[in-house]
Amino acid sequence: MHQHKRNSQWTQQLVFVGPALIFFALIIVVPFLLGLYYSFTDWNGVSGEVAWVGLDNYKQILTNDTVFRDSFWFTAKFTVLGVIFTNVLGFALAYFLTKKLKSRNFLRTVFFMPNVIGGLLLGFIWQFIFVKGFAAIGDVTGISFFNLPWLGTENTAFWAIVIVFVWQTAGYLMVIYISSLNNVPKDILEAAEIDGASRGQVLRSIIIPLIMPAATVCLFLAISWSFKMFDLNLSLTKGGPFGSTESVAMNIYNEAFSKNRYGLGTAKAIIFFIIVAVITTLQVRLTKSKEVEA
Amino acid sequence: MDITKNNRIGLAITEIIMLLVAILFLIPFYFLFVNSVKSFGDLLTNAASLPKSIEWGNYARAFEITNFPTAFLNSFVITVVSNVLLVLISAMAAYRMVRQNTAFNRILFVIFVAAMVVPFQSIMIPLVKVTSTVGLMNSIPGLIVCYLGFGIPMSVFLLHGFVKSIPLEIEEAATVDGTNAYGVFFRIVLPLMKPMLVTVFILNALWIWNDYLLPSLILQSPELRTIPIATFAFFGQYTKQWDLALPALVMGVLPIIVFFLMMQKYIIEGITQGAVKG
Repeated sequence: MHQHKRNSQWTQQLVFVGPALIFFALIIVVPFLLGLYYSFTDWNGVSGEVAWVGLDNYKQILTNDTVFRDSFWFTAKFTVLGVIFTNVLGFALAYFLTKKLKSRNFLRTVFFMPNVIGGLLLGFIWQFIFVKGFAAIGDVTGISFFNLPWLGTENTAFWAIVIVFVWQTAGYLMVIYISSLNNVPKDILEAAEIDGASRGQVLRSIIIPLIMPAATVCLFLAISWSFKMFDLNLSLTKGGPFGSTESVAMNIYNEAFSKNRYGLGTAKAIIFFIIVAVITTLQVRLTKSKEVEA
Repeated sequence: MDITKNNRIGLAITEIIMLLVAILFLIPFYFLFVNSVKSFGDLLTNAASLPKSIEWGNYARAFEITNFPTAFLNSFVITVVSNVLLVLISAMAAYRMVRQNTAFNRILFVIFVAAMVVPFQSIMIPLVKVTSTVGLMNSIPGLIVCYLGFGIPMSVFLLHGFVKSIPLEIEEAATVDGTNAYGVFFRIVLPLMKPMLVTVFILNALWIWNDYLLPSLILQSPELRTIPIATFAFFGQYTKQWDLALPALVMGVLPIIVFFLMMQKYIIEGITQGAVKG
C-alpha cells in the first residue's frame, strides 16, 4: 500500500511537471549551457572541430572590438532615454486618464493600440512615415523639423528609433500606471486637498510614492525591452546609417549568422546576459526600496 | 461652487489636450491606410493628402505576392497551438508545484523565475544548433516546441501565484469523494484557473503572433512563413515600392488590431494582472 502510494506520487510528478521540465530544459537550459561552453571556443557553426581558446573571445570583445563597443553605447544611450521618455509619457497619460474624462475609454484604446503591432511591422510603417510622411507634413507646414533627413544621419536616426519606441510602449506602461493610480486611496487624496495641498504637492508627496510598485514593474519592462531591441532597428534603419543604430542584440546576431564567428558570438551573448541580469536586478532592488504602504 | 466650475473647465481643457495627443498617436495609421490605396505617382507627390483615386489593385497584387492566406494561416496555427499547449502544460506544472511543495519543486520554481531574465538573444546561437540536432528545424511543430520552452517560465510563474489563492478545501472534498489526482485537476482546479489562463493566453498570444527573430531562425521554407517573416522577405524584394509595401503592411497589422479591438477588455486586464504578479 505504502509502496503503491509512493509510485503514484512519482507518476503524478512526472505527468504534471515532466512536460514543462522537458521543454524548458531542451529549449533554454541546454542552449544556455552549450553557449557558455562555446564562448570559450573558436566554433564557426559549420565544422565539427571545435578548439578550446580559453578567455580569448572575451579578451577580444572587451579590448579589441570597437563595433561591439559602439553597439553597446548605442544600446545604453537608447535605453536611458527610451526608459525615461516612455515612463514619463506612460505615467502622464495614465494620470490624466484617471480623471473624469468623457472620452476616457476611447483615449485608452488609441494610446494602447500601437503596442499590439510587432516591432518589425512598426519599423516598416515608420520607415514610410519618416521618409515620405514627414516630408509631406514639412511641405505643407513649412516646419523644418519635418524636413530633416530622419533616417539619413546618425543623430536623427537615433531619435527616430526613440520616437517609435516611445510611441509603441508608452500605452502598455500607461495601462499598468492606471491600475496603480486607481488603487491610491481616495480618502488620502481628499484629506490632502482639504489640508490645502497643491496638485503638484499631492503628486510628488502622495501619488508618486504610492505608485512605486508600478514604477518598479514599468522600469523593469522598459529596460528589458529597450536593451533587447532588435526587430525595430532591423526594419527601421537596418542598424544604419554607418552602423550607428546597431544594437547589441543585432551585433550578436551578425557576429554569428553573418560572419559565422559563432564562438565569438556566444561570448558576446554571455556578456549581454550578464549585463541584462545585473542591470535589471539592480533596478528592481533600487525601486523596491522606495516602495511604501498607504 | 467656484471650485467645481474651475474643475469643470480644467477637465474640458484636459480632455481637448488629450484628444490632440490621441490624434498625434493616430497619424501614423492615417498615413498607412490612406497611402495604401494611392497610385505610386500620387503617393510620391503628396503623402499627406487624401487619395485622388482609390486603387484596390494595390491590395490584390500585394495579397498575391506575399501569399497572405498562407502567412496568416501559419501565424494563426503557430499562435493558437503553442498557446493551448503552453497554457495546459504550465497549469499542470504550476498546480503540482504549489500543492507538492517538495525541495525539488521549490528549486525548479526558483530556476523558472531566474530564467525569465535570460534574453532570447543570449541563447539563440546555440539554440539553432540544438534545434537542428534534434530535428526541429524548418518545421512548424519544431517552432511550437521552441515556444513551449520559452513560454514556460513566465506562464508557470503567473499560474503558480494564482493556484496559491485557490482554497484547498474544494480539492480535499473531491478526494474524499474518490476522485483521483487527475480528475481533481482537470475537473475542479483547471476550471477555477480560467481567469489566469486567459491572461497567460493573451500575453503569450501577442508575443508569439508578433515574434520575428525566433521564426526567422527556425523556418526557412517560403511556404512556412509567418506574417512578420513574409513581410520582411517582401521588403527585401520590393524596397521603396510603397504602393505594394503599404497594402502588405495594412494586411499584416489588421488581424492583430481587430483582435485587440474585440478582446480589449481581456488584454488590458491581462496586462494589469501580469504586471501585478510580476
